[in-house]
Amino acid sequence: MSENTLYDKVWDRHEVTELPTGQSQLFVGLHLIHEVTSPQAFGMLKERDLDVAYPERTYATVDHIVPTADQSRPYSDDAAEEMMSELEENVRAANIDFADPTTGRQGIVHVVGPEQGLTQPGMTIVCGDSHTATHGAFGALAFGIGTSQIRDVLATGCVAMEKQKVRRIEVTGELDDGVTPKDVILQVIRKLGTDGGVGYVYEYGGEAIRHMDMAGRMSICNMSIEGGARAGYVNPDETTYEYLEGRDRVPDGEEFEELKRYWESIASDADAEYDDVVEIDGDDLEPTVTWGTTPGQGIGISEEIPAPEDLPADKEDSARAAQEHMDVEPGDTMAGYPIDVAFLGSCTNARLPDLREAAEVVKGHEVHDSVRAMVVPGSQRVKAAAEAEGLDEVFEEAGFDWRGAGCSMCLGMNEDQLVGDERCASSSNRNFVGRQGSKDGRTVLMSPPMVAAAAVTGEVTDVRELERFEEVRA
Amino acid sequence: MSDEGPAETVKQVSGTGVPVRGNDIDTDQIIPARFMKVVTFDGLGEFAFFDVRFDDDDNPKEHPFNEDHFQGASVLTVNSNFGCGSSREHAPQALMRWGIDAIVGESFAEIFAGNCLALGIPTVTASQEDVEALQDFIDEHPDEEIEVDVVNEEVRYGDTTIDAEVDDAQRRALVDGVWDTTALMGANADTVRETAESLPYTDV
Repeated sequence: MSENTLYDKVWDRHEVTELPTGQSQLFVGLHLIHEVTSPQAFGMLKERDLDVAYPERTYATVDHIVPTADQSRPYSDDAAEEMMSELEENVRAANIDFADPTTGRQGIVHVVGPEQGLTQPGMTIVCGDSHTATHGAFGALAFGIGTSQIRDVLATGCVAMEKQKVRRIEVTGELDDGVTPKDVILQVIRKLGTDGGVGYVYEYGGEAIRHMDMAGRMSICNMSIEGGARAGYVNPDETTYEYLEGRDRVPDGEEFEELKRYWESIASDADAEYDDVVEIDGDDLEPTVTWGTTPGQGIGISEEIPAPEDLPADKEDSARAAQEHMDVEPGDTMAGYPIDVAFLGSCTNARLPDLREAAEVVKGHEVHDSVRAMVVPGSQRVKAAAEAEGLDEVFEEAGFDWRGAGCSMCLGMNEDQLVGDERCASSSNRNFVGRQGSKDGRTVLMSPPMVAAAAVTGEVTDVRELERFEEVRA
Repeated sequence: MSDEGPAETVKQVSGTGVPVRGNDIDTDQIIPARFMKVVTFDGLGEFAFFDVRFDDDDNPKEHPFNEDHFQGASVLTVNSNFGCGSSREHAPQALMRWGIDAIVGESFAEIFAGNCLALGIPTVTASQEDVEALQDFIDEHPDEEIEVDVVNEEVRYGDTTIDAEVDDAQRRALVDGVWDTTALMGANADTVRETAESLPYTDV
């Protein structure tokens, strides 16, 4: 069993008692809710005549169904309007703070929490969304839960859980230009598998992680679940504290110093014990893209797509089906794979630094004629900050659609969807069949700069060679 | 479920089986996101596995959930990492409302297994070899009873008994009928407040 890791320390501080099932009852420091997974939980509370126990530790926003073009009410989609109205009614009745679109604070729940300083180190954070691990970037213990557990948290302020093992993932070295945190996590999942993290929490550390900004750390922790790990975290450090200072929900002055002492105290000790340690060489990584229909089916941009028969026996059939769906051939690289749609957005990669990096690539180029390209900022604040820097103009001049904040085409619950068998270069987190709204649609996961490069060339392109690519074509 | 008395116990589930083969079957496949634009779980059963069951014109395709001889099945058999991806409880809700009461597989994604437990659905694991043999048996004998024994961690069919595993906490919760975690944890409200007050970041 692990000892003296952040996970152990935060767990101990929040453990209320052991339940008859052997599970622990954990106090929840922050409960984030959104419109898709909460209504049934509020319904269950009403059935049992129970109140929300800790409304002040609960925070709501709307992201999955919210339109990213015309946000005037009522929404043109009746089902979306009903879900929004239900959430409004539930948070009003329970007195829960709600970042709705009129506040200027709305956005994807995993973008909103950190940017408002709700997310802090040493907290337990839950949300009815599997990408809740994002908040682990701050040294919080954050995980996704189902709707019945949302009911538990609303009613009791607690969640029932079994303690897991801790795997340290040490990313050594320095990332090359053009290589991003997204490439790191895609390679982690490729190496350890989509189920390699089942039973584990991932602690990410090492030189490459230490030099990463908070947005990068969030991209990595975000996709822990794609590797089967319910939670992932990075120990808090000066980068974390600098990010937090001055945020809406973070106290200042002596109170900040006091909290900081707590944050420092919960970081893993130098002699902490882990159940497993894995090393990834950051120097070796190149821009990474997926060739298949699980996030574990990724390769470096210069690598060849594997032949199914060369993969482990239990991966062979799914690889064959994936290659048929994607229309790719073993032995080819993904470079040159034609795309129809470029989607820059999602809780993985729609923060200000992501948009900046993509804009840097787009500058001086135009979106390819055959591509429809869209940018969906992660939150209203990200959007406003990007506009203040003129990023919207960079994107719009190049031919990108500049939209409102939400989950959008990551999962196609609003009108932003793939059509038919369109191929999409996407900065999101899941390339599952049907994920982006069309069951025949094809998703290639990649970093924001790589999405930008693909938008410009109309095919999957090594962003490091974009200029040369354009010259050759001219 | 109710607030009074223990929740019902789930010691054993018996019924005919249905095999859904494949590794890494994600919750987007089990219930596509567009069917989640609802504020209750009612009626989700008919949308289970929708996109692999129906073509663009909603005509049924080849899929176990469409086969006549698997209608009425209650024991779903699956392969590895079943239920990965999104945390949506809509996935087990859809399966339950289709008629599934227990799932036997090689392995399950954690959030999915937790969501199943909240609904009283055991997620029982067995070796790849045993699961595949069970799936073959069900294909050949769709009317035969499969017994999922949570207490003894066994799955029985025909003349065969296979060793299965049930996660400790899940087993205790189902066998003792203590999976109503809202009631369980609600009883400790005072201790919860003490824990909350002991944390430096709370102001309660």
